[in-house]
Amino acid sequence: MPDKEKKTGTNISRRSFLKGVGTGTVAATVAPSVLIGSEKETEAQAGDAVASATIQLNINGKPYQVEVEARTTLLTVLRDGMDTSGKNIDLTGAKLICDRGECGGCTVMVDGKTVYACMMLAMDAQDTQITTVEGLADGDDLHPIQEAFIQHDALMCGFCTPGFVVSSAALLSENTKPTLEEIKVGLSGNTCRCGTYPFIFDAVKSASKKM
Amino acid sequence: MASWGEASESRLIGKRIPRLSGRDKVTGKAKYTFDINRPGMLYGRILRSEVAHANVVGVDLSEAEALPGVKAVIQIVEVGNKIRYQGQEIAAVAAETDDIAKDAIRLIRVDVEELPYVVTEEDAMRENAPQIRDDWAGNQSNPNVREEGDINAGFEQAAVEVEATYHTPVQTHVCLETHGNVAEWEDEQNLTVWASTQGVFGVRDDLAGSFNLPVNQVRVITEHMGGGFGSKFGPGVEGRRVAELARITGRPVKLMLTRKAEHLVAGNRPSMTQHVRAGATSDGRIIAYDMKGHGTGGISSGAGFQAPYVYHVPNRRTERVNVAVNVGNQRAMRAPGHPQGAFAMDSLMDELAEKLGMNPLEFRRINDPSEVRQAQYTLGAQEIGWHRRNSVPGAGKGVKKRGIGVGSGQWGGGGGRGTQARVTINADGTVEAVTGTQDIGTGIRTAIAIIVAEEFGLAPTDITVKVGDSGPGLRSGGSGGSQTTPSVAPVIKTAAAAAKQKLFERIAPQLNAPVGDMRVGNRTIYVVSDRTKTIKWELATGQLGMESISEGGEWDEELRQDRVAGTQFAEVEVDTETGAISVIKIVAVQDCGLAINRLTTESQINGGVIMGLGQALLEERFMDAQTGRMLNANLEDYKVPGTFEIPEIKSIVFDTHRKVTGVGEPPCIPTLGAIANAVYNAIGVRIRSLPITPDKVLDALAAEKA
Repeated sequence: MPDKEKKTGTNISRRSFLKGVGTGTVAATVAPSVLIGSEKETEAQAGDAVASATIQLNINGKPYQVEVEARTTLLTVLRDGMDTSGKNIDLTGAKLICDRGECGGCTVMVDGKTVYACMMLAMDAQDTQITTVEGLADGDDLHPIQEAFIQHDALMCGFCTPGFVVSSAALLSENTKPTLEEIKVGLSGNTCRCGTYPFIFDAVKSASKKM
Repeated sequence: MASWGEASESRLIGKRIPRLSGRDKVTGKAKYTFDINRPGMLYGRILRSEVAHANVVGVDLSEAEALPGVKAVIQIVEVGNKIRYQGQEIAAVAAETDDIAKDAIRLIRVDVEELPYVVTEEDAMRENAPQIRDDWAGNQSNPNVREEGDINAGFEQAAVEVEATYHTPVQTHVCLETHGNVAEWEDEQNLTVWASTQGVFGVRDDLAGSFNLPVNQVRVITEHMGGGFGSKFGPGVEGRRVAELARITGRPVKLMLTRKAEHLVAGNRPSMTQHVRAGATSDGRIIAYDMKGHGTGGISSGAGFQAPYVYHVPNRRTERVNVAVNVGNQRAMRAPGHPQGAFAMDSLMDELAEKLGMNPLEFRRINDPSEVRQAQYTLGAQEIGWHRRNSVPGAGKGVKKRGIGVGSGQWGGGGGRGTQARVTINADGTVEAVTGTQDIGTGIRTAIAIIVAEEFGLAPTDITVKVGDSGPGLRSGGSGGSQTTPSVAPVIKTAAAAAKQKLFERIAPQLNAPVGDMRVGNRTIYVVSDRTKTIKWELATGQLGMESISEGGEWDEELRQDRVAGTQFAEVEVDTETGAISVIKIVAVQDCGLAINRLTTESQINGGVIMGLGQALLEERFMDAQTGRMLNANLEDYKVPGTFEIPEIKSIVFDTHRKVTGVGEPPCIPTLGAIANAVYNAIGVRIRSLPITPDKVLDALAAEKA
């Protein structure tokens, strides 16, 4: 059992404040601001004035005017954003899964390169061409990788699928005939929990034959 | 007697059919609970405890309430109550944006008096450990002791004995869509909830009870769902609280758990530690088994596991206790109790076989009562090339050493009553199948379409399947325990057959033929005895006019079967310099009964194998004894399999009969033992604690040398 007195290095009371989620800040009443958490406070303090601006984003070939805060991520704009006319953007294909650039669920293309939309600030996405999973098909004609995902059952619950589809499309645009090893490297930034990987590999191989 | 007919007569059942939801899922159109955006919707968040054990002395919501954009703040834990684990809910907010909600919870002040805690089993079981449950002396439940046969007589007959301790740590579900809901009140008496759940009716009933409403005034919708693995049955605290936030604000509210909370409070697979002494006779029969084990399921839940497992042991004694720790509770996780039990038993089997000087596969053949698995051993051994294994473990040359191992499993998966469904034929020829089950990624939607399309001579894409909605009031059970297909498929089959019968009765006078002589195929109804008498599907249904046909079905146990057996073989390569393990190949021979859709069945097997691989080599929840917190509540440090870990997987759908069985859980079970035994076969040193990580490999090799 850990000893709080030892941990804080002071002979303070066990009575303490617990403040906020994820901040790991526990401050003792008699010794304010003694940090015992392992996680460092990095975000702006709540309630601070947050700068906002209206920017233009080019998403799937369409311009959108959106008001964003400095901290707003590209993913938040795609999923929850509203253009200045009050219309929801509602491009919910990209998913927030790990919230820290680990799982690839939010993968989109920015100027043809894959990007974790949860790790990119919306303001930084100005003057780029953003392609989401919703923008891969040509009208009703699916991208070959989308067809291949369906035919090979390269999806189960489907929650990671948009990220994998975008990563696979980007991989094939750079390397039309990837080996299995190259597919594994190309998709290593994406995580699936249902275990669809073997059929994803099959789908990419199959689509590469049609590229 | 109801039957699925012969394989030769099946046009669709048992074939490889792409799932109906595929197009929506690859284009991003599929809407999960997380994707629901309702007009005027607010965002909810929950403040959770960062301490593992404390008395709540004060809660101050005022600053959060004053933050512009915050619409409601509710207190969940009362002053005077105890916090018993990290992640426990303290308060919840609803705000105009998710960022504001995040700001708001950081403005909530909670005054706590910390209490001593234990977060690891070792600490909990230590003498003089802080007592964290009043009802469990020493933080342990009363031992559950079971005896069968005569264990002492058994050990007297034993020619060899093995005594070993096997351990599996806590694993978390890691559903990619976190638990969560969107709640919207139409008025004070009618609630609609989009829920990320494995059971829409369970959530409906719970919320109706919580808000004192008739069940038909709560509607729960799960169009698509991003993974549950057993952890998503009820609405949970977050589900009840989001409905409360929506009621207070009069606006829809979305509240999804954070990734961190998902690890902390949304369930996990309990740990297992078992100390076993077992004996076998000189002719290769396990004759005695004595097991003392424990595990933790968190602060107030159990930690069951299977021991012994699969193989016949005539004389045995088992003693188990559950250990309480200040950590969030376990929930059912894919084949609860089985994978960890299988790992220990299959490791033990190999250790006994080695002492006897027997081939581990031969030793299994002697002790395995399952005829199905006996056949699977032969097939799997051929596929993996069992003869290539090291007859002397660790004998391979070079830095990278290969080995081959085997493991086994079993599961129920027979389904049951409790599903209602309707199959409707409309005058325009369209067909609808409606039932209250939900597609959690297994492909039940497509299986339903296949069954109906087979019956009507149509294509699966001709069938509109409506699932994941309690609205129509057609109840079905939760999707868990590999029960969905065997529960739902028989009802759909009998409903479709009844609807077809009705259609035939309507058309019979026109075709001037008895109903029993009528068949349907290729969008045409015809008469068997006179093939000139035919009528196109749409012409036939066109005569229904205003009277579309809508029939229910009955569950029929003749259409399904309980109990499945599985066997897996693994080939691994171990780098003896780095300790890194690569799984080269897994052969999974899985008893499936009648696979309605072979393609999605193979997906299930692949997925089970990969989850088993994760448990064998990667996954472990780390609790920090010093702070009482989970150290790896994210996806960077909690490792799940990624592309580099994926071996060649040969999924063999072992369908020996024409009755439906669920196959969600069984393929994740045998993988652990197969991999552990393959690692032993490669390096000649046994690692009895999962996950088998490089450091354990290097330690074991070093200890062996020393």
